[in-house]
Amino acid sequence: METLIDGLREALRLITGFDPALLEVVGLTLRVTGGALLLATLIGLPLGAALGLRNRIPAGGCVLPIIYTGMGLPPVVVGLFVYLLLSNRGPLGGLEWLFTPTAMIVAQTIIALPLIVGLTLTALRSIDPTVKLQVRSLGATRAQLAWTMMLEARLGVLAAVIAAFGGIISEVGAVMLVGGNIEGQTRVLTTAIVLETRRGNFALALALGIILLGLAFAANYLFHRLSDE
Amino acid sequence: MSSIYYLTDLQQTYNGRRVLDIDRLEIGRGEALAVLGPSGAGKSTLLRLLNFLERPSGGTLTFDGRAVADEWPLEQRRRVTTVFQRPALLHRSVVANLTYGLRLRGKKLAAAERDAWLDRLGLAHLAGQSAPRLSAGEAQRVALARALVLQPDVLLLDEPSANLDPYNIGLIERLVAEARRRDDPAATGMTIVWVTHDIFQARRVADRVAFLLNGRLVEEADAATFFTAPATPQAEAFLRGELVYEEKMLQ
Ligand SMILES: Nc1ncnc2c1ncn2[C@@H]1O[C@H](COP(=O)(O)OP(=O)(O)OP(=O)(O)O)[C@@H](O)[C@H]1O
Ligand SMILES: [Mg+2]
Repeated sequence: METLIDGLREALRLITGFDPALLEVVGLTLRVTGGALLLATLIGLPLGAALGLRNRIPAGGCVLPIIYTGMGLPPVVVGLFVYLLLSNRGPLGGLEWLFTPTAMIVAQTIIALPLIVGLTLTALRSIDPTVKLQVRSLGATRAQLAWTMMLEARLGVLAAVIAAFGGIISEVGAVMLVGGNIEGQTRVLTTAIVLETRRGNFALALALGIILLGLAFAANYLFHRLSDE
Repeated sequence: MSSIYYLTDLQQTYNGRRVLDIDRLEIGRGEALAVLGPSGAGKSTLLRLLNFLERPSGGTLTFDGRAVADEWPLEQRRRVTTVFQRPALLHRSVVANLTYGLRLRGKKLAAAERDAWLDRLGLAHLAGQSAPRLSAGEAQRVALARALVLQPDVLLLDEPSANLDPYNIGLIERLVAEARRRDDPAATGMTIVWVTHDIFQARRVADRVAFLLNGRLVEEADAATFFTAPATPQAEAFLRGELVYEEKMLQ
């Protein structure tokens, strides 16, 4: 109980004091998660739309289970995979991305992508087929049909982005592996929490946790306002 | 007057099952054709073909003198539209639904015309309302108006007033009748193909009747002839209200 109250007090002090180390960690968290979310959305929405608007998905019997499995990928496995790709002896070792924020963005993009593709696709496929027929009957081109269907599925599409955001901002396994939790370089909120807990700085760890929750809430509140008609 | 549609040996097959097989059917410009037949006869399938929403599995469909095998040109598709039994409105406002088809064509509905439509639909007070909240009758009126503002050459109606109350049925029939009449007398009016289960409605709205059974065109006649002296025993049984069902489906 005392730890909890200490944590709250510490969080308040850190936030109101604009602690520079904290600001750096928060800034990097937002940059990594925001960047990954943006990338995954830019790739995932068109991909999900292309799959979700087809009457029959080519090789759908394989593609869908793969995407759905991807939605539940353990982040640490993704981290391992990216680590091996980017390590000195890996195929992309020459990029020298390992232990940089770029590597963290790559890993989180891979985690977020199946969520966005899968949920966008599901949202599109759950639209009443008569609506699609009706829109074509009213004279829509292919592109107009796709755009109208995305608007019809907008709540589901937004839910896809929210789910992906929630999945990666709270993720620790992958960023730890490929980022290395280097102070001032690749330390984000989740990895900082792990570290401070190990060091026994429970109040600080809790403060960081509260800030993480606050960020997640703020982002979700924003998404919610967006989806409010 | 040349017909707007010619159907020759038009067939549609789903999963190896032939659900439509029409040897010959002509639909005249500006006429109102009622399509009758029991459930599963292939009426909706016929409309999807007439609206170029599906590729037929066999035969030819000629529209306005042109038989196109592959993709129908957009200009041509945009001369035909369907109102379905379920209104299928978009999750937008009533006005956004009303003008949707026009906006697809890069056109706008003048404010005065829009207000006139809302008045005629009895929906002036609901213009900004989100369409999914409308009652069934209100929604179907919007769906019909959304099609009529396009002034299509052909309006296909797939049981648009099934499940509606007499007031809304009357309103829908009146809107269609007015749309046909409002056309410039020099030009041929809107062609209507109206699928209905309601024999009395068919009598009210149709010049001609096509009677389908198990995917085949069993009888085709002037409305007056069809309702007073049907030529086939199947049509006669259908008009008596007997369930017309043949054990032997089309092979
Ligand atoms: N997309 C489809 N795939 C498979 N079968 C279909 C498809 N569309 C229609 N059918 C089948 O084709 C047959 C004719 O259907 P259709 O909807 O044209 O009948 P209908 O005359 O409109 O019936 P109702 O009066 O009940 O609306 C039915 O047996 C139906 O199950
Ligand atoms: Mg039908």
